Amino acid sequence: MSYMDSKMSQHGLIGSESDSQRTLYPYVTGTSVVALKYKDGILMAADMGGSYGSTLRYKTVERMKPIGKHSLLGASGEISDFQEILRYLDELILYDNMWDDGNSFGPKEVHNYLTRVMYNRRNKFNPLWNSLVLGGVKNGQKYLGMVSMIGVNFEDNHVATGFGNHLARPILRDEWHENLSFEDGVKLLEKCMRVLLYRDRSAVNKLQIAKITEEGVTISPPYSLKTFWGFSAFHNPTVGAEGSW
Amino acid sequence: MVKQQPNWSPYDNNGGSCVAIAGADYCVIAADTRMSSGYNILTRDYSKICKLHLIYQHQHNKQMSCPAMAQLLSNTLYYKRFFPYYAFNVLGGLDNEGKGCVFTYDAVGSYERVGYSSQGSGSTLIMPFLDNQLKSPSPLLLPAQDAVTPLSESEAVDLVKTCFASATERDIYTGDRLEIVVLNADGIRREYMELRKD
Repeated sequence: MSYMDSKMSQHGLIGSESDSQRTLYPYVTGTSVVALKYKDGILMAADMGGSYGSTLRYKTVERMKPIGKHSLLGASGEISDFQEILRYLDELILYDNMWDDGNSFGPKEVHNYLTRVMYNRRNKFNPLWNSLVLGGVKNGQKYLGMVSMIGVNFEDNHVATGFGNHLARPILRDEWHENLSFEDGVKLLEKCMRVLLYRDRSAVNKLQIAKITEEGVTISPPYSLKTFWGFSAFHNPTVGAEGSW
Repeated sequence: MVKQQPNWSPYDNNGGSCVAIAGADYCVIAADTRMSSGYNILTRDYSKICKLHLIYQHQHNKQMSCPAMAQLLSNTLYYKRFFPYYAFNVLGGLDNEGKGCVFTYDAVGSYERVGYSSQGSGSTLIMPFLDNQLKSPSPLLLPAQDAVTPLSESEAVDLVKTCFASATERDIYTGDRLEIVVLNADGIRREYMELRKD
């Protein structure tokens, strides 16, 4: 083998044709998405950050998109894979519209489709590196579900991806209840997003909150959360341990 | 040249336990409703029990018998022998004579008809307890003795509740809620019981 070939095969870059096409690790990633059911539908929040490893490279990434008339999709993980999923869903909704039969895909159908897509990709060892949150309302029925990159899917009254699972879910478990008003739902989501902003290094302070009800989807314009850093402990952090590392 | 190790696994362990007990004219199937991933709980309300018979019924014009379903499940699992479904199954139903029928599986489809079984993260805690309470005859005896329990339906349901209450204490992946499905000549009945959420 030539020097170049042996180097490349050491890095696993030479293999059969299919190997060179597999996803091995994500490059540009979005962080947590948090969503909950409220009185009139679903509320979902995600910040607009796209990280490139530890760099906060992109700050205007829309990680939530409406799908058809009844659903809203939020994604964390690899942004390019999210964009690919949007293309698949575009085609799905197009074919659905072409039937022109008065019926349209609701959130359950879209969630099922996404689960199949994610699971089939993981079976080929070429996953779409995303955690997807799918929410929607159809015929008065609210629906909120999640699909992971290996195809694990479930529904619940509130879901979160990534760090949101560790930081937001406990808050939601404590404070979520049936029939939250819109204002209370937004306050609860903002509380979760604020904790994530303080504690998740890949969070950026520019977020959108999306609402989906029977009437349709509204995604808010980007805005920032108020933060407070004036804790006395921050003024002189080493006061209790002078000369320590 | 060293073979590159995969840094991503296609499998995840979502935890949970399930139990099935066969009676003279009923079958009890139960599973907790917690879905976990690592040390996280993804949801507390995920059903792990499914009814399987509609496609068969449409094609064969009769209800699918439990032994037929048992073979189907075994074949489905073995089909993926070299990239297995990482799932540990228990199948419960009524056989052609109306007696309770439980089949237990491993991840690649090896199966056996038994009088009772448990699978999942809590099975190591539940199975010995069932062995003690249901006093199963030795599988080595000839002629083979039926392991179907003489307990009544309500006694079996109580036993299952006890099993899960105990397993929940010590297995971190088992808890939240117990879903119990009872099959008998009258049809299917579902019951729920709250379990510890910690």
